Amino acid sequence: MKELLTLFGLFFKIGIMTFGGGYAMLPMLERELVTKRQYVTMEEIMDYFAVGQCTPGIIAVNTATFIGFKRKGIMGGIFATIGVVTPSVLIITALASVLELLAGNEIAANAFAGISVAVCALIVQAILKLIKSGIKDAFTLGIALAAFVASFLLGVSPIIVILVTAVVGVIIKRVYEKLTSEKKEDAE
Amino acid sequence: MLYLNLFFEFLKTGLFSIGGGLATIPFLMDMGEKFGWFSSEELSNMIAVSESTPGPIGINMATYVGYTTGSEEYGTVGGILGAIVATTALILPSLIVIMIIAGFLQKFKDNKLVKDTFYVLRPAVIGMLGVSLASMITPLVYIAGAATLLGSINYKAIILFALLLFGMLKFKKLHPIVFLAIGAVVGIIFKF
Repeated sequence: MKELLTLFGLFFKIGIMTFGGGYAMLPMLERELVTKRQYVTMEEIMDYFAVGQCTPGIIAVNTATFIGFKRKGIMGGIFATIGVVTPSVLIITALASVLELLAGNEIAANAFAGISVAVCALIVQAILKLIKSGIKDAFTLGIALAAFVASFLLGVSPIIVILVTAVVGVIIKRVYEKLTSEKKEDAE
Repeated sequence: MLYLNLFFEFLKTGLFSIGGGLATIPFLMDMGEKFGWFSSEELSNMIAVSESTPGPIGINMATYVGYTTGSEEYGTVGGILGAIVATTALILPSLIVIMIIAGFLQKFKDNKLVKDTFYVLRPAVIGMLGVSLASMITPLVYIAGAATLLGSINYKAIILFALLLFGMLKFKKLHPIVFLAIGAVVGIIFKF
């Protein structure tokens, strides 16, 4: 029970500090769950994001469910997920009547514009860390660039990028491994 | 039955919106048209508010739509109930699907095919993170509708971005929330 409450508390904290889409929670996940406590690795977070791109629901919730489940099974998944959504429910219901005023308020808009710049910088910093653990050679660098170009310039949907990468990437990796092992045998 | 409708509409949204909070917007538009719960103008206000309040944007929108819809019919208590119903329905499908996948992955995590698949997917995720970063940065540094090319660049945002990133790399121990707070204060003082 104590660890379930800890999971709830951690994801409550992560939820309240996330501004914007699911990826904006990456810096918080990295700080709270990878660096401070060794709950997950950066590799695992990338795996969860990859799965989250092609499964139903929003990324932030999917990631919380994954990590909670990994720690404490089904109950862990439920507690972490409720934790990440609770701040939204509390804040929005408490402020709903004044939020529309906030939408047109200049000070609030300026503050949010500043926060958005900080979120972008935080994401850059988190991506730099991901590059260290996800891009290991020319092959993986090529995948990252191809995914960026396909998605950004050609507008290919993320789910297609993930599915095509999985199939084509694994085939190329297997063929390459086979070729290099044959070469080794030839050399011997 | 308002709450039953809310529940099923958000269950549908949770089940079919794949790949993040913004993917829920078409479903929300559809809901507004079908039930007249909110106009498209109200919806764009709700999206703006959801972006600028703490919490993942998809959840914020579900809560907000649920609250607005419920409170129009049954006042504040009805709004709170609406918020809880909409949010629960939104997360329910992914909660179930992800736990099934997570159980499967735990069992097969040493399988070579699973390992290879994630090995090639990780860089793809980095590439796509780069895309969402680019689409977040563009509106911040580019001022639409400026007369000259030089006038369309938001220098204040670029300088703040560079300083914050430098600070993050220099002071690794500081919590991310510190930088968010600095961003908010600088945004107010220098009128971003």
